[in-house]
Amino acid sequence: MTATMARSERRTGAGPSAFQTFLSRHGGMMPTFAAVLILLLLFVGAEAFLRGDFISGGNISALLLDNAYLMVLAVGMTFVILTGGIDLSVGSVMAFTGILGAKLLADGLPAAIAVPAMLLGGAAIGLFIGILVQYFGVQPFIASLAGLFLGRGLAFIVSLSSIRVEDTSLLWLQSERIWMGAWYITPTGIIALSTVAIAAFVLHLTRFGRTIYAIGGNEQSARLMGLKVGRAKVLAYVISGSCAGLAGLILTAYSGAGYPRNGIGTELDAIAAVVIGGTLLTGGRGYVVGSMIGVFVYGTIKSVINFMGAEQSWMQIIVGALLLLFIVVQRAIVARSEGRR
Amino acid sequence: MNALYKHRLFWPIASLLALIAINAIARPQFIKVTVRDGELYGALVTILKDSAPLMLVALGMTIVIATRGIDLSVGAIMAVSGAVALTIIDGSGSPDNLATVLIAVVVALLVALILGAWNGLLVTVLGIQPIVATLVLMLAGRGAALLITGGEITTVNSAPFKWMSGGYLVALPVAFLIGLLAITIMGLIERRTALGVLTEAVGINPEASRLAGVRARGIIWGAYMVSGILAGVAGLIYASRISAADANAAGVFIELYAILAVVLGGTSLNGGKFSIAGTVVGVFIIQTLDSTILFLGIPSAQSPVFFGFVVAIVVVVQSPRVRTALGSLGGRRRSRGTSGPSTDTVEVAR
Amino acid sequence: MLEVTGATVRFGADAALRRVDFRLFPGEVHSLMGENGAGKSTLIKAITGALALDEGTLTLAGETVSFRDPHAAQAAGIGTVYQEIELLPNLSVAENICLGREPRRGGVISARAMNARAHEFLLDLGLDVDPASTLGTHSLAVQQLVAIARAISADVRVLVLDEPTSSLDLDEVAELFRIIRELKTRGVAILFVSHFLDQVYEICDRVTVLRDGELVGEYLTRELLRIDLVQKMLGRGASELKSRDRLADDEPDAAVVLRARGVSSARGINDADVDLGEGEVLGVAGLLGSGRTSLARALTGVNRLESGVIRIESQDVRLDSPRRAMSLGVVYSSEDRRRDGIVAELSVLDNITLALQSERGILRQIPAARRRELAASWVEALDIRPPDLDRPAGTLSGGNQQKVLLARLLALSPRVLVLDEPTRGIDVGAKVEIQNLVGELADNGMSVVFISAELEEVLRVGDRVAVVRDGRVVRTAAAVELTADSLLALVAQPDEDEE
Repeated sequence: MTATMARSERRTGAGPSAFQTFLSRHGGMMPTFAAVLILLLLFVGAEAFLRGDFISGGNISALLLDNAYLMVLAVGMTFVILTGGIDLSVGSVMAFTGILGAKLLADGLPAAIAVPAMLLGGAAIGLFIGILVQYFGVQPFIASLAGLFLGRGLAFIVSLSSIRVEDTSLLWLQSERIWMGAWYITPTGIIALSTVAIAAFVLHLTRFGRTIYAIGGNEQSARLMGLKVGRAKVLAYVISGSCAGLAGLILTAYSGAGYPRNGIGTELDAIAAVVIGGTLLTGGRGYVVGSMIGVFVYGTIKSVINFMGAEQSWMQIIVGALLLLFIVVQRAIVARSEGRR
Repeated sequence: MNALYKHRLFWPIASLLALIAINAIARPQFIKVTVRDGELYGALVTILKDSAPLMLVALGMTIVIATRGIDLSVGAIMAVSGAVALTIIDGSGSPDNLATVLIAVVVALLVALILGAWNGLLVTVLGIQPIVATLVLMLAGRGAALLITGGEITTVNSAPFKWMSGGYLVALPVAFLIGLLAITIMGLIERRTALGVLTEAVGINPEASRLAGVRARGIIWGAYMVSGILAGVAGLIYASRISAADANAAGVFIELYAILAVVLGGTSLNGGKFSIAGTVVGVFIIQTLDSTILFLGIPSAQSPVFFGFVVAIVVVVQSPRVRTALGSLGGRRRSRGTSGPSTDTVEVAR
Repeated sequence: MLEVTGATVRFGADAALRRVDFRLFPGEVHSLMGENGAGKSTLIKAITGALALDEGTLTLAGETVSFRDPHAAQAAGIGTVYQEIELLPNLSVAENICLGREPRRGGVISARAMNARAHEFLLDLGLDVDPASTLGTHSLAVQQLVAIARAISADVRVLVLDEPTSSLDLDEVAELFRIIRELKTRGVAILFVSHFLDQVYEICDRVTVLRDGELVGEYLTRELLRIDLVQKMLGRGASELKSRDRLADDEPDAAVVLRARGVSSARGINDADVDLGEGEVLGVAGLLGSGRTSLARALTGVNRLESGVIRIESQDVRLDSPRRAMSLGVVYSSEDRRRDGIVAELSVLDNITLALQSERGILRQIPAARRRELAASWVEALDIRPPDLDRPAGTLSGGNQQKVLLARLLALSPRVLVLDEPTRGIDVGAKVEIQNLVGELADNGMSVVFISAELEEVLRVGDRVAVVRDGRVVRTAAAVELTADSLLALVAQPDEDEE
């Protein structure tokens, strides 16, 4: 059916409609649009039924502020999932780098040393996972599981209890608010949004980015096309680790302290946000901007639940249900494209 | 000697014995078992007792992994089962009534079974990858458990319920006996029915099994149900131990430790050949390691570092690359690394 | 342009290719022909750098070359379009054509320049598709043409097309051929592999035939009769066989055990009729891709039927799974033993008893002693070597694996045994044993469908022979009334139809 359509499109020299062109170019964005739709529905629903000021600069600004760390994690996770892998380590790596940074600052080192150390710590664990996956053929699930254990344990080795951060430059990331009318943004928000922008640029306009997509599409074919598959795969995990390091920085600034118990289960939130944002867990399809939308969906549900005074446990159930919904939709998409092959 | 060396359980058992030996040298009281009021005490007995939840979960995980699957939801199922049981006992007003406790246990296990069946449904009927399918319940299950307990930690004082984790029967801890019972039942099913070999066939070659008339779908579905119910029992023991249903803490990370136990026991994550005995040894290795770390005075919170390295070492040793490098040394353990980088170029044009 | 001499490739002890010579000329279309396992794909892999030669040399434009990987072969000017399209359905058409050598400015991919370049290549091929559209949204035919566009977008000297037409319809094939002719005039040497003889005769100038990993010969297409080509592909080897009393009727004279009418399935068969009598061997002859395997799979519940009726002993039955078919006494042995047959890491014992055990059910385990006895008796009866019940079945040779599979099915005491190329890729001794075994089984009242690519074998083993072509049973005749030549004629479908 679809095959005949495509064929007739080719034969009837008349140009296809703008809508068809759009669909054939960006059909993969449909799940992301669905996420946007859900987000809008959530906004409108919350505005109409809960409180009148839900769609307001202050509220939406707060949404970004509260979820900046998750957004950065989701960006890194998107790279890994696009290659068809998964990174379970990000939550504990975030905790490790967060407490590491807090400890270094508490020991009197300047932020100029502490911050690079945090990013490098995250990148190192990412590299460890990437090497296991690429050079030892370990399943990403298991390799990143080792990373999860490692990160969590290291966090507790750095400190068993939380460490307050006094460093003003780090706290400034959170406290500084740049106002634009009713809207404001903190440096952490800027970091999160720039991470998304840089990632989108890299993924769509560089060979490395296209290689990431190619690996998720068909690793064999990508190799046949002469793309540097191994390097790109390792790098995806390094990026995810570095993002976890950055998220540790943001979270430390946000909470004003490093805490080794931070981020237990956050990897699942990040995965859920990425999937809700329309990235296929089998790899190759998805958008980092979608992951950002996914984080907003996640954050909005959370604040709606908070506002309703309902149990936080509804959060997990709703996210689980959304995840299931999106997975089934994705499954249908994959089944359809397989049927065509 | 050579045959012994090559036996698939050689390395797991050797590591376990080495661990015990190190402990025995470092602290002789480790291997001391005392009898008090006709009940056994000692570090080894504690290990046996404490290992029960992990043992149950890992046994279920072994079967699921044998079918080429994985079950991430076991921790969440534990939380749900504990929450269901304690809520029933708490609400009954007669927590010491044996009948109440029995009803609570049966209902909790039924719920666990249904959750396992749900996983099986997603995997077999909808054809969703096992990791993803069970991730859904891993997320939502804990939330459901919190809802059941009303977001609080439900505590009860119920002697019959407490007996599951603290009691003794013929000088042995009941928790250990429950684990032993599960091992025995699984072992019997593997030996006395054809399920063991059929499960392996499905895990190794699903299509050939289908052509040979094996009900692959039913077997896979059953594996998730077994995993669900075993996780349910584990959840009850855990809840009994702390006399509370703590939906946030019950079974956290247990799926990871269970997978580790299975891998340590020599069962490949690629499915197929599995070993119940290997998993049992794997569980004891983890539990002994845990006890060792504790003894060394390292805060238990830091122990994941050790497990992280153990996982890394085990997977690297099992990887196709190292296998080939070790050559004949590696013995006969299988490696079907479909994603192994070294085999890629050979299969380019089919 | 390209020359291969004395090519030998071994997999373990078996040689997949033995001292084969092969050459390609610029501006010429050359076809490589052979049945399954003849060594076609091995030779293609050697040329495209996917596989290294164990012996022999490869010369490209007079220079001896050896390719480390497929990418090196591409860089040297050998473009390949694989049977299963090796592209990235999730990326755009332009990226699929250009990726790896895409236009960049300061590291940034210029989408506009890339789309423009891709558009040029596509127009070159007469293909007007939006280069920015996602590849996966297009039909297979378009994807195939995009793959060709990628192959020729580099400076290509040799173009390898491995079964490029298997998913195309007639118009699309014509389109492809137009492009091939265009490339010919540009002086590209083209290797065209297809199992459709019509296409080979239409487009190819030269044919090289392989059989059992050896070179049969190189011929000019216009000088080679179609029937001779088929004969060279299938070969004629004589091997001793016990003679059986055979029937001489076109219709089965005993009671019909299995009757299929108007059977069609989504994969490859269309309105096929089959009658199978009690105690008879129905040989099935047909070329690769004729629908012979699909027919076998449709009769045994492996593939679902789209339409048609199957009757077993005058009862209409619905064969919706292999398990259901087995319970009715209909069993199937796949032509791909490794993928669909043997459970490689289970022991010979477990493999033999697998089907019987699953038929009995999970709870009614066959007692261990009985299992061993049963398996041992089959190992002895079929002379499976080495006679080690506990050895993983995957370590046996091909012939012995086939026997293990047969034992698995025979242990069910089936009424209808459907064997799809049971003798492919196994040594002569085992082949004869299996042929004899089939005869004995039929003499004992079992009905057998015996599919083989070797016509001689079909004639020798079968009581009657059904010829499959284009997904239909075009003719069924008593084996004794056919000669190898007349069967060849039926299978090869010469230009004027025989019937």
